[in-house]
Amino acid sequence: MTGFIVRRFGQMLLALLGVSVIVFALIHLVPGDPVRIALGTRYDPDIHAALVERAGLDRPIPIQYASWLGSALVGDLGVSFRSGQPVTGMVLERLPATLTLAGAALLVAVGVGIPLGVVSAVRSGSKLDYTATAASQVGVSVPDFWAGIMYILLFSLILGWLPPSGYVSPLEDFWGWLSHLILPALSVGLVSASIVFRFVRSAVLEALNQDYTRTARAKGLSRKRVLWDHVLPNAWIPIVTIIGLQLGFMLGGVVVVEILFAWPGIGRLAFVAVGDRDYTVLQGTVLYIAFMFLIINLFVDILYGWLDPRIRYD
Amino acid sequence: MTDPAAVLDAGDPPVEHRSRLRTTVETVLRNRLAVAGLIMLTVLVVVALFAPLIAPYGINEPDVANRLSGPSLDHVFGTDNIGRDVFSRVVIASRVSLQVGAISVGIAVALGVPIGLISGYYGGRIDSVLMRLMDILLSIPAIVLAIAILAALGPNIFNAMVAIGIVYTPIFARITRGSVLSLRDAVFVRAARSIGATDTRIIATHILPNVIAPIIVQTSLSLAFAILAEAALSFLGLGVQPPDPAWGRMLSEGRGFFQQAPWMALFPGLAILFTVMSFNLVGDGLRDALDPQQRSLIESRGVAE
Repeated sequence: MTGFIVRRFGQMLLALLGVSVIVFALIHLVPGDPVRIALGTRYDPDIHAALVERAGLDRPIPIQYASWLGSALVGDLGVSFRSGQPVTGMVLERLPATLTLAGAALLVAVGVGIPLGVVSAVRSGSKLDYTATAASQVGVSVPDFWAGIMYILLFSLILGWLPPSGYVSPLEDFWGWLSHLILPALSVGLVSASIVFRFVRSAVLEALNQDYTRTARAKGLSRKRVLWDHVLPNAWIPIVTIIGLQLGFMLGGVVVVEILFAWPGIGRLAFVAVGDRDYTVLQGTVLYIAFMFLIINLFVDILYGWLDPRIRYD
Repeated sequence: MTDPAAVLDAGDPPVEHRSRLRTTVETVLRNRLAVAGLIMLTVLVVVALFAPLIAPYGINEPDVANRLSGPSLDHVFGTDNIGRDVFSRVVIASRVSLQVGAISVGIAVALGVPIGLISGYYGGRIDSVLMRLMDILLSIPAIVLAIAILAALGPNIFNAMVAIGIVYTPIFARITRGSVLSLRDAVFVRAARSIGATDTRIIATHILPNVIAPIIVQTSLSLAFAILAEAALSFLGLGVQPPDPAWGRMLSEGRGFFQQAPWMALFPGLAILFTVMSFNLVGDGLRDALDPQQRSLIESRGVAE
């Protein structure tokens, strides 16, 4: 197991290195002078020169990359072209809001998707199964940000139950924070719940149709015992995988939903950076999102290897 | 002297002669959801093809007196904040959505399938390098990578197609590679090699036809993803630029007029839902027909019920 973890960790570092090249290349893909474009109408030769020097854009590209990577490794991602603030600070400040939203969305996805998937599989062909399957078909096809718009319309504007957007710190007003969290979490979470539901349903159905399940039933075990002791343990592996994949998918979904709900996370930071052409901030946010994504995948893989020993020796 | 092929053929039941294509089509047509998806898709393509004839008004034809008016006989989906007919804009925008979907998935297939073929066929170092590269692309959430590419290249519809195409390339590369791996040492491939067929010939005439099924399935499902991605990018203002209508753009324009004109955001969203769902249904149907593992699951489900 240790060897497996070490190997996967090494692969992750390699991927992260590759991501760093892409992120670094971003600013060089910009047609023309990125600092000039970022400054726009606020152009001033002195500020321009200072920013170019601070970002090291006047040096040869391999040296630029090496020094950018060296700084990034110690947590220095440069300063914002727009505000002059350190990028790392800007990202870290907004990270908790994003993680909270992703966590809440995951809770929705797992809390709705898993129980419904198991029940649907056990009672496959029932009315509940058909309804849930049909709902999941809509769920996987609906854009999460449009679902968000519809929730705002229904729960905020028509019913007036929840605030349409914004953020309150949980330390100041816990219930206010929770009420602001619900709609964005549902927007991202219910789409994922549909995908989790489909995988859980088919994984459980598959386990239900295995010989060992039939044997367990034949030797007289109750349906409940068979489900808990034989079916679910075997269905876990695909379920864990899909949850891990969903968490990564959520990091993407959260970005768009944050913008819709004015949620102060790094997705919104990235979006504002795109509008401002603040390339260093964009680099920082993409790097952090990819980093979180890779950590999640590493964690899922380790869990996967632990659940199914065959995978470790692959 | 009898023809040896005739002797071999004589014992076969007629069902063996049915082509794979026919079997696939029949399996898909037996699946009611897939048929529903096909019908939805046909409606969509017809609407997109004849959009200028179907749309009652021009896409940028303001009717200022009737701005923000609700659905009526004159304007079935209502009008927007500058009095443009929402129905006409939704209809015309179907063209952009389908076009972006088709071209971006086309890019992903054109890049991903050859990468997967080479990677799976040659193995070794080439495989490691190519697959690690794909892993790197997969290390950034799709929409974030697309946003980053568009931020660098500049937001417009052409770049959006390139960005979405690049983002979905690794999926095709991986799926193709996985299928090729299982064929690399198949008897017919070794036979072809032993009679001196070149690698290019083996890949093109022996391997590719045998790995095409999962690629077709993935193409349909990816079209659904690509259309969702384009909608998200246009919603963020990074895709289709005004005054051209796109469903995602219309949603973001409608956001400011929630209270007065909910139809501005309702109908473009339903159009996205309709389109994505049709590709998903067709994709699921194709998977059931073409992917034996999934098919056996369905069959066993039939037995169990």
